[in-house]
Amino acid sequence: MILPLELIGVRYRDIVGPVTLRVAAGDSTIILGANGAGKSLLLRLMHGLIAPTEGRVCWSGPQPCRHQAMVFQKPVMLRRTAVENVRYALECAGARDAEAESLAALDEVGLRALAHRPARVLSGGEQQRLALARAWALHPEVLFLDEPTASLDPSATREIEAVIRAFDAAGTKIVMATHNLGQARRLGDEVIYLHQGRVVERAAVEQFFRQPAAAEAAAFIKGELPWT
Amino acid sequence: MQEFPGVLAEARLWQIVLLSLEVSLSAVGLAAALGLPLGAAIAVGRFPGRKSLIVLLNAMMGLPPVVVGLAIYLLLSRAGPLGSLGLLFTPPAMVVAQTVLILPIVAALSRQAVEDAWMEYAEQLRSLGAQGARAALTVLWDIRFSLLTVVLAGLGRASAEVGAVMIVGGNIDGVTRVMTTAIALETSKGDLPLALGLGVVLIAVVLVLNAAAFLVKESAQRRYG
Repeated sequence: MILPLELIGVRYRDIVGPVTLRVAAGDSTIILGANGAGKSLLLRLMHGLIAPTEGRVCWSGPQPCRHQAMVFQKPVMLRRTAVENVRYALECAGARDAEAESLAALDEVGLRALAHRPARVLSGGEQQRLALARAWALHPEVLFLDEPTASLDPSATREIEAVIRAFDAAGTKIVMATHNLGQARRLGDEVIYLHQGRVVERAAVEQFFRQPAAAEAAAFIKGELPWT
Repeated sequence: MQEFPGVLAEARLWQIVLLSLEVSLSAVGLAAALGLPLGAAIAVGRFPGRKSLIVLLNAMMGLPPVVVGLAIYLLLSRAGPLGSLGLLFTPPAMVVAQTVLILPIVAALSRQAVEDAWMEYAEQLRSLGAQGARAALTVLWDIRFSLLTVVLAGLGRASAEVGAVMIVGGNIDGVTRVMTTAIALETSKGDLPLALGLGVVLIAVVLVLNAAAFLVKESAQRRYG
């Protein structure tokens, strides 16, 4: 177990922080905030893609990198078939003869039929599901998602959300950045609200939407609601 | 002396064409084997002196062939450090000279191509735990269609240059005479039909190689996106 994750006085230049928070197993955590609030950077700091300029990111177990995965806003597909993309991820994690496992992961996201298509010619929604399959194959303890449906249509969004729920059901901790309030309500258990790189509110989803404590959060919800 | 179209039927002309292809394709193969990984390493790696190395490599794309020829000549000449190999005035010496000439082109252009792709791939690969040589090779393989153009640029340079092969090969009839050195010689001798014939063949060969590469790239790109 690598959770809980502790961020202690984490800063990234003058864009993020100082942030001190604890992310425990279980509830799905949604990171909300306006554009430029530092959601993506906070995810990258947690995932270890960037190092904090100050403070520490502490996991509780050994080899934390092995037990987490991340899905980006724009999936990066290798120029090979869908199943080979999944197998590549497994091989990076040290697996051998991972074909069967790769196909099982594609099954999970409903892409089994497209397994031998080149990944780059898949649609945006299919590519994002493939990115999720890549993460699924790794059986991560924590899954970070950076606005995974930001550029997708509603039906593709529904499919992605179904897969994210499957991760949750399988016991993976979800940490997702989004600015889609409907999605935050549908998938989240708790909300971390970021404003100018700082955590200004952390609350259960229902409470956050019913009665946000921070003025910035209240304004954000008001401003965003008409478009969701 | 034969007139221009008739000269194409001469056996010695085709012997020259064949040697040219052997030398230039060998040089391109060597330069690609060394230059592509080198370019990828410089693109992905972070080490002191990296920026200077990039500037140097970019500048070396414009190396004058005669200067490269002279340097290799000095290395391979009997009194030179590699003189004992006895390579001077042989086709292998010409391959070495052309490899040195186009290695910077392949390395510099592939460095740029890999670096551009790296912007897109870096986070994803790091997230998956792919590092170092594995990450570099993954990107090289993924942009293989763009790298074909890089290799073609090297081939163009190799097949077009005169100076380096002239100096280290010596333009010996039947041994180290290639298309470009033959054209230079025949022109100065006044055998314009042979020079012209060789020129036409040279351009045709380069055209065919490029067309083949283009078709491969097109069909592969359609398949893999």
